[in-house]
Amino acid sequence: MSEMTLNRRRFLQGAGSVLLGTLLFVNGPVALAAPTHSWSLPLTRLSGDQAERLLVMVRRLYPHDSMEDAVYALVVKELDSRAAADPGVAELLASGVATLDREAGGDWRTAEVKRQLAILGAMEGQPFFTQVRSVAVVALYSNELAYLHFGYEGASYPKGGYLHRGFNDLSWLPDPPVKASPKPFA
Amino acid sequence: MTTYQYDDDSVVVIIGSGAGGGTLANELCQKGVPVVLLEAGKRESPATFINDEWPSFSQLSWSDPRTTSGSWRIARDFPNLPAWICKTVGGTTTHWAGASLRLQEHEFRARDTYGAIDGADLLDWPLTLEDLAPYYARAEDKMGVTRTNDIPGLPGNNNFKVMYNGATKLGYQHCSTGRMAINSQPRHGRPGCQQLGFCFQGCKMGAKWSTLYTEIPAAEATGKLELRTQAQVLRIEHDARGRASAVVYADANGQLQRQKARVVAVAGNAIETPRMLLNSQSSLFPQGLANGSGTVGRYYMRHTTGSVFAEFDEPVHFYRGTIMAGIISDEVVHRPERGFAGGYEMETLSLGLPFMAAFFDPGAWGRDFASVMDRYTHLAGMWIVGEDMPRPTNRITLNDEVRDAWGLPVANVHYDDHPNDQAMREHAYRQGEAVYQAVGATRTHRLPPFPSTHNLGSCRMSAKESDGVCNGYGQSHEVANLFISDGSQFTTSAAENPTLTIVSLAIRQADYIAEQLRTRAV
Repeated sequence: MSEMTLNRRRFLQGAGSVLLGTLLFVNGPVALAAPTHSWSLPLTRLSGDQAERLLVMVRRLYPHDSMEDAVYALVVKELDSRAAADPGVAELLASGVATLDREAGGDWRTAEVKRQLAILGAMEGQPFFTQVRSVAVVALYSNELAYLHFGYEGASYPKGGYLHRGFNDLSWLPDPPVKASPKPFA
Repeated sequence: MTTYQYDDDSVVVIIGSGAGGGTLANELCQKGVPVVLLEAGKRESPATFINDEWPSFSQLSWSDPRTTSGSWRIARDFPNLPAWICKTVGGTTTHWAGASLRLQEHEFRARDTYGAIDGADLLDWPLTLEDLAPYYARAEDKMGVTRTNDIPGLPGNNNFKVMYNGATKLGYQHCSTGRMAINSQPRHGRPGCQQLGFCFQGCKMGAKWSTLYTEIPAAEATGKLELRTQAQVLRIEHDARGRASAVVYADANGQLQRQKARVVAVAGNAIETPRMLLNSQSSLFPQGLANGSGTVGRYYMRHTTGSVFAEFDEPVHFYRGTIMAGIISDEVVHRPERGFAGGYEMETLSLGLPFMAAFFDPGAWGRDFASVMDRYTHLAGMWIVGEDMPRPTNRITLNDEVRDAWGLPVANVHYDDHPNDQAMREHAYRQGEAVYQAVGATRTHRLPPFPSTHNLGSCRMSAKESDGVCNGYGQSHEVANLFISDGSQFTTSAAENPTLTIVSLAIRQADYIAEQLRTRAV
């Protein structure tokens, strides 16, 4: 949650390049944990247009239909940071996004999903694709919003581990005998 | 705080503070031997360990550049990360899962038991299980291994329940929560396991044995140890007689230092250990220090591995609790009618969400991949660990085209799977899938090997000088005061997780070195 501004004030500011969105799944785990349903992502190096195209690309790479754009936006945030730190990455992303539009015959964002997937399939292994995919597979699944979405409980030490919080609560199979699996120490 | 002078040539210099080096340091210090312990990484603690996979990986892992070649899939998926090992005080004992299994009697006699196998230079170890048994007993006590020394086993988690029920349905007889160097109850000043589920990220309870908070502080308490952190060794020097005389390293400020030594013990894990020897070439040792046989770097092994994950209709939450929560040992025997020599263990394994994404099928994207991630809370998983073959062409070499921060060639790790490895992995994948299908898995998945955590054999023990680098005590055949003190010594890989054997060998080696010092043999 700390990774991204999830409040209305920043949303209304809207200064500079910003990626904007709204939480769609109002009863989903992300929406339930968020203070508002609008989100904004201030951009350092990417334009809003580039950011939107990259977000759609990451959605196609890792399609979780019920996962909020707000989670995908964290990948765009990471790509933006890398572009800001390295002009080579900025150039790679700019030309890659232009290629997406060109291959889509206009606007990549509104091309049919089937066509988008064919375009990505043809780009697999190329530097732009590899850059986005390798950043995405880390950034998309290594954050608190994704943990909420997938039901991963994250850091356990602050909560005392799982010894008293369900490490062995599976009930749809019989418990192994004590010889194979002793009781926890008292 | 004990300190030694750089020109103090009475000290034993140990390179690396993990299972081998950290244990050796403590054992020697307990006998009154002065030790300088050089560790390339920083000193963390349970308080600084991080319950988050990628940040922890950055904190603990060895991420200096390495290169890869060969037909193993790692060369494609992780070309610069052949091994998942640590650069931190405690080495990979911060990261390991805790499985503590003795090698089997016949595994010390691999050549004798399996016969000649094409494409592999199998060799019997120059020591037997009987030789090592007393040291295994000392290691198990030191490490607090469950199901030894009247220590109860650990309670099984959800992932284990799935494994156990599947194994039983399949007719397997040997499935339990196994022997683990994780406290099932408080012992020796360390607490019992709270089932955090972050064994790989450094145990924040200190319930899992690591040299970081056992051997090293015990050695410091003797007043005989000086631990120097962020001390990256560049080369080992020798005198005119060809005896190891000093170790040159870059200190925390990047300054080169030269520590004189009476004995040098190398325990940098099986990639850096041969690299250091090869980078120590001289006119007297043109192929690298202690490499007259040409075997330094050869016979690199990493175990036959892979994982099987399975999806279920009902939830599992496999990430809760110990990572290696249980083991099936029925397949660890040598039964050549299965189509391969040696055997394998099946051990539960879980990954957090970030590593699941990274390691399930590296490079994968699209709906098939995403659909498995969607089932994250309904997955069970196991890791396969089996004997792989020592091949002369599977080896660590110096890559002159890629240099590290000090201008030295980095290690290239070349590995081709042997047909025996492939046959074993196929068998293990099939059996693993059967375990899960027996309890209603809706889908099963075969995961490729992760970057190697078990790195072995690259400076192997041998009875004959021409067959290996060191003798049964890890002592170099060529340089009498140079010792190999990590998994590089392994003559063959055996099937078991190697840490207990590394620790046992280090205890035995300490007795031997102390005796050699006492009799002035070194």
